[in-house]
Amino acid sequence: MRETRGFKIYRGVTLTVLGLFVLVPLYVMATSSLKPLKDVQGAFTWWPTNLTLAPFVDMWKTVPLAKYFVNSTIVSVAATVFSVAIAILAAFAVSRFRFRGRTVFTTTVLSTQMFPGVLFLLPLFLIFVNINNEFGLQLVGTRLGLIITYLTFSLPFSIWMLAGYFDSIPRELDEAALVDGCGPMGALWRVVLPAARPGVIAVAIYSFMTAWGEVLFASVMTTEANRTLSVGLRQYSTQTNIYWNQIMAAALVVSIPVVIGFLLAQRHFVAGVTAGAVK
Amino acid sequence: MSLATEQASPAATRPAKPKTKRGPEHRPGLNRWLPYALLAPAVLLELFIHIIPMIVGIWMSFVKLTKFFIANWSSAPGAGLGNYKVALDFDNAVGQGLLKSFGVTVAFSLITVAFSWVLGMAAAVALQPEFRGRGLVRTLFLVPYALPAYAGILTWNFMLQRDTGAVNHVLEQLHLSDGNTFWLIGGNALVSLITVAGWKLWTFAFLTLMAGMQSIPRDLYEAASVDGAGNIRQWRNITLPSLRPVNLVLVLVLFLWTFSDFNTPYVLFGTAQPPAGDLITFHIYNASFLTWNFGTGAAMSVLLLIFLMIVTGAYLLVTGRRSRRA
Repeated sequence: MRETRGFKIYRGVTLTVLGLFVLVPLYVMATSSLKPLKDVQGAFTWWPTNLTLAPFVDMWKTVPLAKYFVNSTIVSVAATVFSVAIAILAAFAVSRFRFRGRTVFTTTVLSTQMFPGVLFLLPLFLIFVNINNEFGLQLVGTRLGLIITYLTFSLPFSIWMLAGYFDSIPRELDEAALVDGCGPMGALWRVVLPAARPGVIAVAIYSFMTAWGEVLFASVMTTEANRTLSVGLRQYSTQTNIYWNQIMAAALVVSIPVVIGFLLAQRHFVAGVTAGAVK
Repeated sequence: MSLATEQASPAATRPAKPKTKRGPEHRPGLNRWLPYALLAPAVLLELFIHIIPMIVGIWMSFVKLTKFFIANWSSAPGAGLGNYKVALDFDNAVGQGLLKSFGVTVAFSLITVAFSWVLGMAAAVALQPEFRGRGLVRTLFLVPYALPAYAGILTWNFMLQRDTGAVNHVLEQLHLSDGNTFWLIGGNALVSLITVAGWKLWTFAFLTLMAGMQSIPRDLYEAASVDGAGNIRQWRNITLPSLRPVNLVLVLVLFLWTFSDFNTPYVLFGTAQPPAGDLITFHIYNASFLTWNFGTGAAMSVLLLIFLMIVTGAYLLVTGRRSRRA
């Protein structure tokens, strides 16, 4: 690409239009969270005339936001840890060993990834009901149940991406470790994992983000006790009022940890996605 | 006795072997079981979260699973192909609803994928050469992707409100409308869905295309420049062909995602979906959980699965043949 005059104009126009498309909703979210309820219930204004921080205070009382925050954090962190740990072992097996059933396993993982969540929602719901009836283990309405269901998204993706990532690490590296006296697990721990760090980070971010933003399973599998942010935020709409300023404030607050985490690690994420996509 | 000693002798020499050269390939016992041990947790979980639910889902589609049988679902009476007949009876309300929802979803997916791809490509090309602030713009463009889906969609929901929203305000200021348009009910619901879904999705297309462009060798462009090819020709003759493998995966993934999008309609409309925005997963969800008729919901799910598998298979077949020819 040459930086001709035409290209510079093209770049200017494209980046302005797309920049506005991205920024305007973020701007509306931020400024509306600083308006009193009366102002967000009236005609829209670009500039908040009666600046207030009250929505950021009130939002914790209108809805038990802190509880939902804790629920979301526990569920997302647990889903991430399980999914990454299990995926590392499986991806190592797929990438470094030739064994009977390998193709069946990889094909199954790859294909479950493309199935929509709604397909698993009804059966999982019923299985959970049945487990409760048979064994008395409550899964619908508990954090454990939610953690398990969230693995439906993150586990196949993690295995698939990490296997691709491990493949891109030269086998000579872990063979050298084996010669030096490491067992296969030692080679995984000391050589393959450190070399695959960007991939592991990318997979962890992805798992956390999907769990943190998940709506479908959360809407069915949660009750008041284990409700997550994605469903909890709906409760700012009551029969009499929609607290748009508090919704925007809460949306902002729940987004900040994920967005910062993602942006800090975006380099690894892009590298991970590329390694996975090019495979 | 002699037989025993003969048998024992090779075993006695065996432990000497690993000393000469260590490595898993010389420990056949460990090597044979280790991959299975490593896979065991993943296989168990896959069984529990994917394989068994799929089997149960298919079974569900063949029984009369109404609200009376939820608590004790294994005793639900068989329905044969009844659920499928109901779902596919287009003279009937349920069948008509499914058919309409399917049509809406096809339109939604195709337009959203095209929209996201075009924006992603435009941005990736614009950011291809180095310039000051490139990293900052790239980071900014990634924010919608990083944002939790519901946070972004709730903001759009607010912006699309008729009386208090930013969208009608802007349109009125620009004299494009009287500012009284309904965006979340009626025919405009589909436009809203595409805009909101595209807002999030285009940045993923951008990310992937940008990563793909980084692996195109620079000297290709330099050689083309020397030959006098302008930027547009360079894009058509170098960028686009080089991105073919990336594009094939990207378009399929975008299609599968948008086709099974649930978040956007659910957060944007609540449970009272307008017909013009009644996407298929949302439709199945409502059919199952609002009427507690899990049997027909399951039949619809299986039909959706079959459709997605056919599309994926056909896509891979066609694109695979084409890329081989190229």
